[in-house]
Amino acid sequence: MPGKTQPQSEMLKGTLDMMILRTLVSGDAHGHTIAKVIEHTSENLLEVEQGSLYPALHRLEDRKWVSSYWGASENNRKAKFYRLTAEGRKQLARETSRWRQMTRAIGLVMGEEGGAQ
Amino acid sequence: MSWLRFLRRKRKDAELQAEIETYLSEEIAGNLARGMSEEEARRRARVKLGNSQQVRESLWVQNSPMPLTNLGRDLKYAFRTLRRTPGFSVIAVAVMTLCMGAAISLFTIVRSVLLRPLPFKDPGRLVVVYEHRRGNAPANSYTQVAPADFYDWRAKTHGFEDMAIIRYAGYNLTGERNELPESVRAAAGSWNLFQLLGVTPAFGRAFSEPEDRPGSTAVMLSWSVFQRRFAGDPAIVGHQIHLDGRPFTVIGVLPSWFAYPDAGIQLWRPYQADATPEFLQHHDFHQSQVIARLRPSVSLASALEEVGAVQYQLHLQYPHDPVAEDVTSGSLNEDLAGNVKKPLNLMMSAVGCMLLIGCLNVSNLLVARGAARQKEVAIRSALGARRATLIREQLAESVLICGAGCVGGISLSVLSTRLLAQAWKDLPTAQDIYIDGPVIAFASILMITAALVAGLLPALSTTGKAMMNALHASARTGAGSVSRTVLRKILLTAEIGITVVLLVSAGLLLKSFLRLRSEDVGCITQNMLTLQYNLPGKKYDTPEKQNAFNEALLERVRNMPGVRGAALGNTVPGAGYWGDFVFTVQEHPPRKAGEERPEGLMRWADPGYFNALGIPLVSGRFFTNDERGTRAYKVIVNRQLVRKYFGEEDPIGKHLNVPAYPHAGTPGIADYEIVGVVGDTLYQVGKDPKAALYFPMLAGTSSQTLAVHTASAPLSFSVPVQRQIASLDPELPVSRVRTMDEVIGASLVNASLSARLVLAFAILSLLLAAVGLYGVLSYLAAQRTTELGIRMALGAQRDQLLRLMLGDGMRPALLGLGLGLAVSVVATRLFQSMLFGTKPLDPVVLSCVVGTLFAVAILACLIPAWRASRLDPMQALRTD
Repeated sequence: MPGKTQPQSEMLKGTLDMMILRTLVSGDAHGHTIAKVIEHTSENLLEVEQGSLYPALHRLEDRKWVSSYWGASENNRKAKFYRLTAEGRKQLARETSRWRQMTRAIGLVMGEEGGAQ
Repeated sequence: MSWLRFLRRKRKDAELQAEIETYLSEEIAGNLARGMSEEEARRRARVKLGNSQQVRESLWVQNSPMPLTNLGRDLKYAFRTLRRTPGFSVIAVAVMTLCMGAAISLFTIVRSVLLRPLPFKDPGRLVVVYEHRRGNAPANSYTQVAPADFYDWRAKTHGFEDMAIIRYAGYNLTGERNELPESVRAAAGSWNLFQLLGVTPAFGRAFSEPEDRPGSTAVMLSWSVFQRRFAGDPAIVGHQIHLDGRPFTVIGVLPSWFAYPDAGIQLWRPYQADATPEFLQHHDFHQSQVIARLRPSVSLASALEEVGAVQYQLHLQYPHDPVAEDVTSGSLNEDLAGNVKKPLNLMMSAVGCMLLIGCLNVSNLLVARGAARQKEVAIRSALGARRATLIREQLAESVLICGAGCVGGISLSVLSTRLLAQAWKDLPTAQDIYIDGPVIAFASILMITAALVAGLLPALSTTGKAMMNALHASARTGAGSVSRTVLRKILLTAEIGITVVLLVSAGLLLKSFLRLRSEDVGCITQNMLTLQYNLPGKKYDTPEKQNAFNEALLERVRNMPGVRGAALGNTVPGAGYWGDFVFTVQEHPPRKAGEERPEGLMRWADPGYFNALGIPLVSGRFFTNDERGTRAYKVIVNRQLVRKYFGEEDPIGKHLNVPAYPHAGTPGIADYEIVGVVGDTLYQVGKDPKAALYFPMLAGTSSQTLAVHTASAPLSFSVPVQRQIASLDPELPVSRVRTMDEVIGASLVNASLSARLVLAFAILSLLLAAVGLYGVLSYLAAQRTTELGIRMALGAQRDQLLRLMLGDGMRPALLGLGLGLAVSVVATRLFQSMLFGTKPLDPVVLSCVVGTLFAVAILACLIPAWRASRLDPMQALRTD
């Protein structure tokens, strides 16, 4: 992915996939919803750009971590919905634990009490 | 999964567009809900979305495997470049097509003949077993098997699942309803042969064990005779046909694909059916082939060892019979290929050389093109193109050229393989010759190799650091391309070197063939008509009846107008080996242990045979009309036999004991008395004369070759002579009506074919080398136009310039010539055994090659050199 398309509020490399998977835990969603949910839950700190969202979704689909089907959106438009697969759930668990370790380690280095939870 | 992704990327792109649409409308809906105006909502959504084209592109890239995309682009680019110079492209593709076509054709034959397993059940475990005499000089020499040895092997060894034995035979096939008589080639096989090969008859059944005994009347038909003579009617199974006038029962028909050991076999008989008890019990009838199927758990070596042990016991048991000490084995393919293998390998090498020359030529042309693109390449690498990318791009051109050449070559070889296979008489016919998967795979590998050989060198030379010089080198210095010129000269030297090797090889083969042609067979060969017939045993069951027919025929033919003489014997000189007899000289002391047993070719001759064929009498006399039937205990020997076994001794009046041919003569006279010595004849052109024994034909023989010496064109006598035969016996078929020149020519066909083919390859290579030489020198002259102009302006004479340019071209030619000659010294030793009466370093051939190459090189150089020397100095100075 060329560096120019990185979003303003820069996301850590590899975390978008994890966040997409996490979003899908609460139910199937199409691209727009996924982006919105991530933005809302991050209190609008993170902004998901289409330039990374759609390639990421297709990548996850290729790796069989999500499956997709066509359905109708809230506004009754034809939309491609993504669903977390069993394999994707396992991947999410792996990535979450790795993420936890990583943030704790970084927290320790940066001198926060007990590291980030 | 990247392939799947690659193939689905169009659909994925469409999906993505739909998704983006959804996103946009969702965003607009959201914005509207927040109370924005329609226009504002739309604008904001678009801003948020950013460049949707970029999203699509990035997904497209994500779905395209990089190397593949690059390859596609390189090929497209190379194609465009090649299309821009159609002249070059056509020449390069034509060169590659010719070379690849020849290589693929030959490989097709090699594969069909030597590599493709025969179409039998589990062919990997089938081997041919031969007897092997340890004393024989070459380690891999082998002898055909005597049936008595075979039966012992089969009974006493366990390493092979089963062993079968076959031998050739011949019959006259006659119909029940007056159909034309026909002489057919047949084979006899032990009852288990078809089972061992895994062949199921198309109709009926194969031989059973009880049928494999003397006197059996079972016969199996080949598919071709079944179709041809019996109209493909399966009802023939169980019915009778007539062979040599006797009835036989058809028990089965072989499938159409079955053509073992060759396609000429029309009938199969049980092995023992026509065998005499002596033939089956004695250990000196080496006429059969043994096919064995290895047990899955046993190694070939141990199975052979076991058979070898049995054979050694036999050797010790029969010290006076020619029983070999050991056995050896070979693959079915090689057994059939026989003496084709060596010429095939030679031609494969010749074709390989030609292909290499073709590659070098294309390479040379590409280097020249590289010069034209020098600036472009330099600029691109200055702008950051990686060297690997540039090399890959240039390789794409040679891949395209070789790819087109490969496709052309395959189409060419579809045609040429058939022609070649037809022209090659010795080629085994058990396998069809056709292009199959492995041949295509071979062609592809060849193509890639050729593309690398042809493309890598030019690509390397036009890229790299040195190329940056091109940017600051002004065209006027004319020095920027020295290294490339050197490279082209090196390529050219290699090309000429290989051409010389090919020319020398071709010259040697050609000379050897001419020597063969002009060899003296030892008898009259001009105006000589030969034909064969075989008196059927039922009608001609006594020597008297046989003699009556033979003598009547001789009488009639000799009285025909225009006939100078007629000879009747079992064969004529130059027609092949025809078997031999071992013998002992009664007057000589018994043979010491380990001493070679005397042997001589077996021949039968009528009293007028030697006169009619012009074979000189050395001493003694010819046969007389009185030496017939039981009084035929005389023998005539040839000079070679006397030289070998009598030395200075006078052979006349000595007696020969021939165990395999005991004469049924007067009681008390057991041996043949030598009555005459005749001059040597060659049994096959190109082979040394062998000792020969001539027995009186009037002893009564059924299988005859008639030779008629005519006053004029011999073939015009073929119908009148056959009419004479028909008037004596209308049911007797005649076969192989040929002139003596044809008989001898038949054994030369293959020598002539290899000589002609290698010569064709050599000439083509010479042509390629000449084109290369011409190209390099033209290029050089163009490069040096300015320099030449300056030289002229300074007063250089035209002939000086001519000499200068000629020298430039001739140097690589001479260097290549020297190198090629040096390599030839080694290379020609490899096929020395194929040469006849020609030394590998034949001075005539070598000087011809040197002369030809020199002349062609001068010719190729003269044109560009002359053109360079005719330059208008003013024009030359002004160019570029």
